[in-house]
Amino acid sequence: MKRSAIILCFIIFAYILQTTVFGGELFGGIKPNLLIVIVSMLGFMRGRKTGLVVGFLSGLIVDIFSMEAIGFYMLFFMYIGFLNGLFHRHFFRENIKLPLLLIIASDFILNLAIFGLFFLLRGRFGFVNYLTNIMIPEICYTVLVALFLYPLLLIVNHQFDSDEKRRAGKLV
Amino acid sequence: MRKRGFIRITIPSKYLLLMLTLVCAIVLSVSFTTDIFSKPLNNFVGFIVTPFQQGVSFVGTYLSDRGEELVQIKALLEENAKLKEQVNQLTTENNSLQQEKYELNNLRQLYKLDEQYPDYEKVGARVIGKDPGNWFHTFVIDKGSEDGIKLDMNVMAGSGLVGRVVYVGPNWSKVISIIDDKSNVSAMALSTSDTMIVSGNLEYMKDGMITFSQLINTDENVKEGDKIVTSSISDKYLPGILIGYISSIKPDSNNLTYSGMLLPAVDFAHIEEVLVIIGNKQSTTITTTQTDSLSKETVSGN
Repeated sequence: MKRSAIILCFIIFAYILQTTVFGGELFGGIKPNLLIVIVSMLGFMRGRKTGLVVGFLSGLIVDIFSMEAIGFYMLFFMYIGFLNGLFHRHFFRENIKLPLLLIIASDFILNLAIFGLFFLLRGRFGFVNYLTNIMIPEICYTVLVALFLYPLLLIVNHQFDSDEKRRAGKLV
Repeated sequence: MRKRGFIRITIPSKYLLLMLTLVCAIVLSVSFTTDIFSKPLNNFVGFIVTPFQQGVSFVGTYLSDRGEELVQIKALLEENAKLKEQVNQLTTENNSLQQEKYELNNLRQLYKLDEQYPDYEKVGARVIGKDPGNWFHTFVIDKGSEDGIKLDMNVMAGSGLVGRVVYVGPNWSKVISIIDDKSNVSAMALSTSDTMIVSGNLEYMKDGMITFSQLINTDENVKEGDKIVTSSISDKYLPGILIGYISSIKPDSNNLTYSGMLLPAVDFAHIEEVLVIIGNKQSTTITTTQTDSLSKETVSGN
């Protein structure tokens, strides 16, 4: 119960940060995607189920404030969380290359989906333009932010794991 | 030591994924066709999230303002002196223009024309949050239905058009800006009243431009640098609001219409406070009381 509350707080905090502080001219107009970092990392560190539930909730909060029909971001974030959870077996604290690679891949897939469904189908065909001006900068800034966020998530994950071990120890 | 009657059901993640996919698909199709979900969900989440957004935006703007102040005090003092002079000059200009306006209104009334660009009643609002992605340009303001905001109200900043309201919550609203890829505004050139469509375009965002199209340029009167305002034939936007200035114009391949790029009058990167025009197109009443009082004043002035 406490875990779910903490994770929910993380999601809401990341969303608020992304819409207010990062919404301005901090990175030259491009906002890093904090939510995808949280979804991807929590899925990677804690497995498929946590990943998909976190993705579902993050997608819900983004959908409600967005212009499109509710359900689009929910679907994609959920699948991204689940797919990141498939890599849970390769989670080691010291290795930072794989999580960063996962974040890059997740952000790229999300942006491709948004471009494909909302822009390509409306006749905007300048893919290279969108790639260089929006997608690549966003991925770069997201990775930068992830480098700072990763230790924090590691600490939180460690706390959860030690809480679980303590509780499991009490049952013996 | 047994936990009291607590049965833990474990669902394998595959089935959970499938179930939630089905839920998403249903929600997506329902919300695409109707809007049953949007109202309660929006209210609930808006209740939680918008106070935080207001708080963080307030703190953020406060801190950045203090920082800027420290840096620019000398420059500000000089600018202050210059602006005071300019204000005096403008006040005298304004007075003479006011007199001409009274006369114009009188003459218009004689010809029984409605006021062309009346002073719209506006309400101020703050921008408390922007769209979390980079593909769209919507933002959230801190006024809602409790403050009289309704759907499709136009939103201005400074003297230019910023967008219109697309969703109204109890104390917050969502606004889509005119530079968003999906936005289209019916506009006209101020000098010649030739109409055109102004659309936002994400590809030109880095240059800060938006595009216009379908302009019928009689006698090539519309040229670069012309002011573009909202037209009177738009069904969502009130007429006469400044949108921007033409930066380039060229004829289309069909030799009938012109298109080009427009520089918006509002700096969309630095919007913090906006004005919402109360009264959308369908329900704006011309303020006849204003013209009556003006005509009374000129009579007494003479």
